[in-house]
Amino acid sequence: MRTRRARRIGFNVLALLVFGVMVFPVYWMVSTAFKPGSEIFANTPVWFPYHPTLGNFGNAIHRPHFWADVKNSLIIVSAVVAMSLALAFLAALALAKFRFYGKRAFIILIIGVQMIPLNALIIPIYLVLSKAHQVDKLSGVIVTYLTFVLPFTIWTLRGFMLGVPRDLEEASQVDGTTRFGAFLRILLPLIGPGLVATSIFAFIQAWNEYIMAYVLLHDPSKQTLTVWLASFTGDRGTAWGPLMAGATLTALPVVIFFVAVQRKIAFGLTAGAVRG
Amino acid sequence: MSSRFPAAAAAVPEPALPSRRPRRPFASRLGSGAAPYLLILPACVVIAAVLGYPLYFMGRLSLEHYGLFQLIRHKGEWIGLKNYSQIIHDGLFWHVVARTLAFTAVAVSLTMVFGTLIALLLAELGTKMRVLLTAGLIFVWATPVVVAVAVWSWMIDFEFGVANWLLTYLHVGNFNHHDWFASTWSGWAVITSLVVWGAIPFVTLMVFAGLTQVPQELVEAATTDGAGPWRVFRDVTMPLLKPIFVILISLSIIWDFQVFNQIWILLNGQPPPEYFTMSIYAFTTSFQQSQYGLGSAIALVMVAILLVVSFVYIRQMVKIGDAE
Repeated sequence: MRTRRARRIGFNVLALLVFGVMVFPVYWMVSTAFKPGSEIFANTPVWFPYHPTLGNFGNAIHRPHFWADVKNSLIIVSAVVAMSLALAFLAALALAKFRFYGKRAFIILIIGVQMIPLNALIIPIYLVLSKAHQVDKLSGVIVTYLTFVLPFTIWTLRGFMLGVPRDLEEASQVDGTTRFGAFLRILLPLIGPGLVATSIFAFIQAWNEYIMAYVLLHDPSKQTLTVWLASFTGDRGTAWGPLMAGATLTALPVVIFFVAVQRKIAFGLTAGAVRG
Repeated sequence: MSSRFPAAAAAVPEPALPSRRPRRPFASRLGSGAAPYLLILPACVVIAAVLGYPLYFMGRLSLEHYGLFQLIRHKGEWIGLKNYSQIIHDGLFWHVVARTLAFTAVAVSLTMVFGTLIALLLAELGTKMRVLLTAGLIFVWATPVVVAVAVWSWMIDFEFGVANWLLTYLHVGNFNHHDWFASTWSGWAVITSLVVWGAIPFVTLMVFAGLTQVPQELVEAATTDGAGPWRVFRDVTMPLLKPIFVILISLSIIWDFQVFNQIWILLNGQPPPEYFTMSIYAFTTSFQQSQYGLGSAIALVMVAILLVVSFVYIRQMVKIGDAE
């Protein structure tokens, strides 16, 4: 009894320790963002923002190009999500609901292309786009982002469509609905949550992307938020407070979305893997 | 992919609900053999345009001299395999390859060991502690790489960084005004910690999800037969989780081998050669020295190495796909 209790306490202490180490950088970012300069530039770290201020956030959002870059990020991300979702919906339907010759090859292609490093692909893409006068244009970045968002979206949506029980579709047919009606009334509502989750993941991927935007967009008012943040990080003699505020703002939409949907996708892997 | 998070995490199949009868595809009802081809056609066209063409172009570039002059004319100069022979005789290239391999080995090992240990710890915890730790891990997982780099560069700031203060406080040494990038070893220690820290949550949560699927009776039976925790892990848990480990290890290798953003941003876009990995070498050769042909050749060697690892990953994924 006694040893079991000691074991339990030991594990809990260990868990707190792991929690502390892992979460600390995130905590440090947010707490620094709220600290006044005197607490940031202290010889002994101040562990908690005792005099919280929004000054760092004000400074960050009034820095040059912040709002322009937020807008660019939003434009790029929405266009990429919309385009890849439309294309992926059709392809995923084929993969999940049809049997056809070449299906396996297509699946291998979809998984395989996701393994190609973007920092290698950017070399030819830059040259092609510069020839087509698409450098420093959002449209060029949008097309470029399809390289990684589209295959990913197809594969994820396929997973959600596989989850729809066939019996349900068949039952609706017996009841005399038309094929298209069956599709609209049965399949669409069932994969609705999957569509939402997939688009959120596509959003996060496009929002986080750095290197393509960094190479393709030179004009500071035409960049994305990640490029803005990275160039801010690079300034030596950095204004750490505003930087942490900017970092918090950049991470915020991603974290909210991610926490909302991560279960939907992440845990599919292992369920399938153990079974197979 | 570009980020360490859902890219491939999500590139995994959702569990299909088990259907008892043999597949009866929608197709038979739509009654057209052409339908699936029409459905994948738009996606195929786009993939060919945005991925296929650049890949082909990269292959051609690697056989060309393509410098600033060619950039202006938009036309390379065919030189055959000269770029490749230049790489092979380039001492720096082999250094970079060795360094990239070493970094990958260290980072992947650390990620897998810590990730698995934390997953095993999660399995031992009560509900409250488990939810707390899981939530923490998810926050770290969700943090964009660019944001993580900003935070880490603040933590290791030479003047007011919390890392220097803590190490001095713990009497590890005098870290007052310590510049982490002054020495290559400590610089790489920072990069490795940052990469491993970002990668652990994904591995932990995947392994943990796998652990929850291990039948408890098996573990109990082994324990009754007198197996200690290590034997249970090695002989019961490990074999059952092997498919997950294959996927996680190959994904981690693929991610860490092409590491770019962390190094690039930490070193302010001007990493000295001691911090070159293959992707950085290919990138600087192309974009800073304007040797696009040579850069493409380096990048293609990198892609070729990754292809070997990807093969293992894809095979496992297809296997799982077939089981659905």
